[in-house]
Amino acid sequence: MRSDGSPSAPLGLKIAAACGLLFLHLPILLIFVYAFTTEEKSFVWPPPGLTTQWFAVTWNRPDVWEALSLSIRVAAISTTIALLLGTLCAAAVSRTRFFGRETISLLVILPIALPGIITGIALRSAFALADIPFSFWTIVLGHATFCVVVVYNNAVARFRRTSGSTIEASMDLGADGFQTFRHVVLPNIATALLAGGMLAFALSFDEVIVTTFTAGQQQTVPIWMLEELIRPRQRPVTNVVAMVVVLVTLLPILFAYYLTRDGDQIAGSGK
Amino acid sequence: MSIEATIPSKVAPAILPGSGGPRGALSDLFWRRPKLLLLLMLLPPVLWLGIVYIGSLFALLAQSFFSIDEFSGLINREFTLKTYGDLLQAANLDIILRTVTMAALVTLASAVIAFPIAYYAARYARGRWKALFYLGVMLPLWSSYLVKVYAWKLILAKEGILTWLLGKLNLLWLLDAWLSLPVVGGNSLSVSFTGTFIAFVYVWLPFMILPVQAALERVPGNLVEASSDLGASPGQTFRNVLFPLALPGIVAGSIFTFSLTLGDYIIPQIIGTSRLFIGQAVYSQQGTAGNIPLAAAFTVVPIVIMGFYLWGAKRMGAFDAL
Repeated sequence: MRSDGSPSAPLGLKIAAACGLLFLHLPILLIFVYAFTTEEKSFVWPPPGLTTQWFAVTWNRPDVWEALSLSIRVAAISTTIALLLGTLCAAAVSRTRFFGRETISLLVILPIALPGIITGIALRSAFALADIPFSFWTIVLGHATFCVVVVYNNAVARFRRTSGSTIEASMDLGADGFQTFRHVVLPNIATALLAGGMLAFALSFDEVIVTTFTAGQQQTVPIWMLEELIRPRQRPVTNVVAMVVVLVTLLPILFAYYLTRDGDQIAGSGK
Repeated sequence: MSIEATIPSKVAPAILPGSGGPRGALSDLFWRRPKLLLLLMLLPPVLWLGIVYIGSLFALLAQSFFSIDEFSGLINREFTLKTYGDLLQAANLDIILRTVTMAALVTLASAVIAFPIAYYAARYARGRWKALFYLGVMLPLWSSYLVKVYAWKLILAKEGILTWLLGKLNLLWLLDAWLSLPVVGGNSLSVSFTGTFIAFVYVWLPFMILPVQAALERVPGNLVEASSDLGASPGQTFRNVLFPLALPGIVAGSIFTFSLTLGDYIIPQIIGTSRLFIGQAVYSQQGTAGNIPLAAAFTVVPIVIMGFYLWGAKRMGAFDAL
């Protein structure tokens, strides 16, 4: 084995890794093909013919638009709440060591460490005990709770890389706490927050388990899809929506990756 | 400008005067009392998570000690262990056992499939390839859960792509033989435990790859080289060097694969048989059956299992690999 330069991988490992990645990606690509199939009733492969007519059909379906609108509104509000709570928590945890710090990190992670069904039914039973009727806000309550962790994770990582000396320098130069926050801290963590926010948005947009318990009769896009999977009405419309959902979630992820990619070049990281 | 000119004629006081105005006063207050600032920063997230989340968990826990009146179907809000007695019926134990077995198998399979990907990404991929691997894992991780389940419904259905592929390869007899097996088989893959298993592994696999990769990245390459220099076969190096060092990462990943399988009710509902998993039991008990106490007691099972799991994982140092 060579010890200098980059060693090359054994063939078996290469094949196993490549197969693993293909396994992860082929099923998603398949959705794109099915969105164009002419077959209406079943899952026949290969598609007997290709057409774009289902895009027009989907476009004219009011229920799809209603679900999309609800999903976007819920995700936007949940992301805003999560950004606020997650950043505050990350700032507190990364700046100082205090009693109960570990407990707070656990508290933030718990909503996604425990299965979603627990969060879902816990919220539902709490709503029932407190006589809170289902509404837009009950969905937001659940979504914001598990979105906090995404923002928190991104912000904490960035806070750890941002050196404290820039903050001290700002204070030494006479800026008060608010000025320091606005001109020093915020520019440093902005891309991490944006990335966290995009991931939180994608997470909320995609969430189905917690939503089924907190939505009542309202339909977000995933609830709409679940309904179609259990009681199919028009399969091709489901295919098109599935494809659109893939695109809507992937773009924020790619953007978030782009934003956090150059994490090493943050000012004051002392590299 | 000369240096002398910048030095003030009087010596500046050791402590600067306040910046003035309410904003400055507030800023100074926070500077003098950092604990106050800390408290103010922590208050909103802790209140939110404490009230909304922990509060709800307690509400749920409390409900599991209520019971349901068998005649009226109303919930009796008196503390009793009756519901937990119901939970221990054979049919319910069967559901718990089935779910835990599935979670364990899914975890094992995810670890096996994840390892080569994680190892390649950690040790051999560089630069552009490294980014590609990272995205290659992150995109499926974050892309829509329901779409992924739906994709597998398309693949595993009787007229789907897998049947077509095996038909082309003249291997349909193999599929039929597998489907005729008890327990794992069924009418088609999309209504069998095999299908449920594949969908679970697919959906949770990225959650295993990332922590394993993180753990493997901390293994110095020369450790592996030293092992082979000392005459160990690749298998021995794997067993005695790589695997023990990757284990905290595998345990960390298994927290996700195990916990997510324990609680999921959508995959077995869409791809699977009519025999229930814990999540489905919870869902049907709280929904159609209207027995919220029993549903609550059911959810206590994954909480307790995950409690022990997390405790064990912490002892193995898995949290450092997260």
